Amino acid sequence: MIVQIGGSAVRGLEAAGRFGRFLADTGRALPDVGTWGRLLIVQMRRVGVDSLPVVVFIAAFTGVVLALQASYTFTGTVPLYIVGTVVGKTMMLELGPVLSGLALAGRVGASVAAELGTMKVTEQVDALETLAYDPYSYLVIPRVLAGTLMVPLVVAVGVAVGIVTGWLASLGLLDLSTPEFVKGLQFLYRFKDTWYGLVKSASFGCTITLVGCVVGLNTRGGAEGVGRSTTQAVVYSAVLLLVLDAFWAMVLL
Amino acid sequence: MIRFADVYKGFGDKQVLTGFSLEIRDGETMVIIGYSGSGKSVAIKHIVGLLRPDEGEVYVDDRAISELDRAGLTEVRRDIGFVFQFAALFDSMTVFDNVALGLRRRDVPDDEIAARVSEALALVDLTGTDDRMPAELSGGMRKRVGIARAIALRPRYILYDEPTTGLDPVTSAIMDRLMVRTREHLGVTGVVVTHDMRSAYTVGDRIAMLYEGAIRQVGTVDEIRATDDPVVRQFIEGRPE
Repeated sequence: MIVQIGGSAVRGLEAAGRFGRFLADTGRALPDVGTWGRLLIVQMRRVGVDSLPVVVFIAAFTGVVLALQASYTFTGTVPLYIVGTVVGKTMMLELGPVLSGLALAGRVGASVAAELGTMKVTEQVDALETLAYDPYSYLVIPRVLAGTLMVPLVVAVGVAVGIVTGWLASLGLLDLSTPEFVKGLQFLYRFKDTWYGLVKSASFGCTITLVGCVVGLNTRGGAEGVGRSTTQAVVYSAVLLLVLDAFWAMVLL
Repeated sequence: MIRFADVYKGFGDKQVLTGFSLEIRDGETMVIIGYSGSGKSVAIKHIVGLLRPDEGEVYVDDRAISELDRAGLTEVRRDIGFVFQFAALFDSMTVFDNVALGLRRRDVPDDEIAARVSEALALVDLTGTDDRMPAELSGGMRKRVGIARAIALRPRYILYDEPTTGLDPVTSAIMDRLMVRTREHLGVTGVVVTHDMRSAYTVGDRIAMLYEGAIRQVGTVDEIRATDDPVVRQFIEGRPE
């Protein structure tokens, strides 16, 4: 029992040490702008633009459901324009960033881990090094920066789409007019609602891509190892996103 | 000159190199032979700093590899081309981009990159394959692109990790011819890791046998052919016992 606990503690410390070293190596590679700068645009398109359809799809249906559930909950108790408040606040503060984040953990996190994992086991990462490239400049920084910059933008689009579909649902399915919905949106709105969701989304984007890179570059054992890394990246990202979600709520709200 | 000085390297409980010492002279092609899993690839990965020794040191032109920081290592790597066992081509890039990648890192002008890629592909008989993706190439062609990627850098040293493994006899012979041609054209120092004795005799100036973590014997091709060391004899003759 004691041996098992000790073994787990040692493995945990080793993993923390590896992660710390990974972060240090990534920071050291930051000045190599000449390498990562030209790769950043490609990654921004892959992480951001290519992720838009899935995020928009999720946000669109979430907006509709939020409007209907708010109406179901508040009818007969509070004025129905509160539907606009619920849709706006919930999309901006919570569901927009978190649902998009979880979807991107699957889409982007898995993709990064699988790509880098395959490069690792087929010695492409070693080949980069022998060609005098720093893998942290070439592979890690463009992906992590793209995630940090693009996920908030993608989430912002998703939030906007969710609000629009919530509004359309309110018009079509509920007894609510546009001025009432807009009144609800403005009611209790604070600018913090906007930046809170975007800051949270940036941290999600950074986490998803960073976890994908760490797990991918530590892949061992051929195709099976790549599969294992891909699963790990999604699971670790999803768990960390939920932890981060609680962290930001405690720190910023 | 490349020099291994009493190198020890292990992975977990398994000791792979146990006092590995070897000197590779400028201009020669040294072939390191040994059983599968004996640590040949591990040894040459120390030369470019992909692995660091647990004990001992590897010197490239008297620079101690394990003491170099990343900038120093990058400097050393500029003089070395590495041909990987399974080519390690970047599968999202065309043949041209694979060969050009190292040149771009060295800030070579675009027109010179085009000329050097073309020259390197011609040297490995792959002219006209610039736009093809690695997935469209055979195993032998991929290895030749790997050689082209290394020689396009005009390195002083080329390291070949199992260049003929997995190839048919004719393609293996073509690879051997390419390695000889590369040395004749570029005058590079070569280190070839292989267990293919026909290849070793064709491309090597000297042959060193790695056995149980250390060099068992090193000598010219003729000396190795005439060896009376029972372990080396068994290996070069391919006898089961």
